[in-house]
Amino acid sequence: MHSIGYRANALLTFAVTILALMCAIVSLSDNLNSPSPTAQVQVLNINWFQKKPDGDDEVSLTLNISSNLQSLFTWNTKQVFVFVAAEYETSKNALNQVSLWDGIIPSKEHAKFWIHTTNKYRFVDQGSNLRGRDFNLTLHWHVMPKTGKMFADKIVMSGYRLPEAYR
Amino acid sequence: MGWIGDQIDSIKSLQFRQVLTQAVSLGMIVTSALIIWKGLMCVTGSESPVVVVLSGSMEPGFKRGDILFLHMSNDPIRAGEIVVFNVDGREIPIVHRVIKVHEHQDTGEVDVLTKGDNNFGDDRLLYAHGQLWLHRHHIMGRAVGFLPYVGWVTIIMTEKPIIKYILIGALGLLVITSKE
Repeated sequence: MHSIGYRANALLTFAVTILALMCAIVSLSDNLNSPSPTAQVQVLNINWFQKKPDGDDEVSLTLNISSNLQSLFTWNTKQVFVFVAAEYETSKNALNQVSLWDGIIPSKEHAKFWIHTTNKYRFVDQGSNLRGRDFNLTLHWHVMPKTGKMFADKIVMSGYRLPEAYR
Repeated sequence: MGWIGDQIDSIKSLQFRQVLTQAVSLGMIVTSALIIWKGLMCVTGSESPVVVVLSGSMEPGFKRGDILFLHMSNDPIRAGEIVVFNVDGREIPIVHRVIKVHEHQDTGEVDVLTKGDNNFGDDRLLYAHGQLWLHRHHIMGRAVGFLPYVGWVTIIMTEKPIIKYILIGALGLLVITSKE
């Protein structure tokens, strides 16, 4: 009944239970944080805008992104993944989301940033629907915890419009 | 002889009822594990509710040996979500992030493009030959929770099967020889 094996088993079971409980509590504590991030994105330039040989529209933009995501960080945050996506509707597609830029923020000190960049991923439509197209730029973030539940949210910025003609 | 002798004696002294009890309790352990797994499948709606990260393509977010909890609801797939998907002709599912989504107006079908956070380019090279987009049926679930390191147990067991057999053997012996 009180052999080494039983004692080791009881100790291990207890240790694992406590560890699991601690992980759960740490993850739950993230819910106490109510973040208030801010973001601004400007389209500084349309570098070029054309129809590819296969018929799809493609555009190249220069963006200025400034954001403060410091309030997202808690003691359980490993990193925050942040990206800016162009979102628009066409007659063919109810929703198009095209990621233009993304980055990984490793710590709170780096969470207040601004960056001047061209689009990192190609902004290609499915078809030729981009001329004169209104679109939103949305800053999404994805909080990756040290353990537990992941959180994601976004800020939508509307009122952007692509030119009427290729250039 | 001490310990080994005792063990052999205890195996010799087994009686039919005792063997039966032990078989039943072993069966209980196996079936309750199966019940938990199948129950999780029902609750999460994903055919594999827990996956182990095998590659470093999502570092520094997910490292090799971390465990992800999946959920598969009817909510549409959106950019930024981390999805687990199967590609035709590949056995091992891949965990990557969605970077582009095109949802068709008439059918509601989605075209999805993924990329590993730590990879330089998108995943078109990983997809089946000539495949440009992932569709709903490729996707097994989206990652909702994360637990570090625990997956190393399964990685070690698949890569060093000898450890698995030793472990199973030791547990089996323990079950056979225990009296309680």
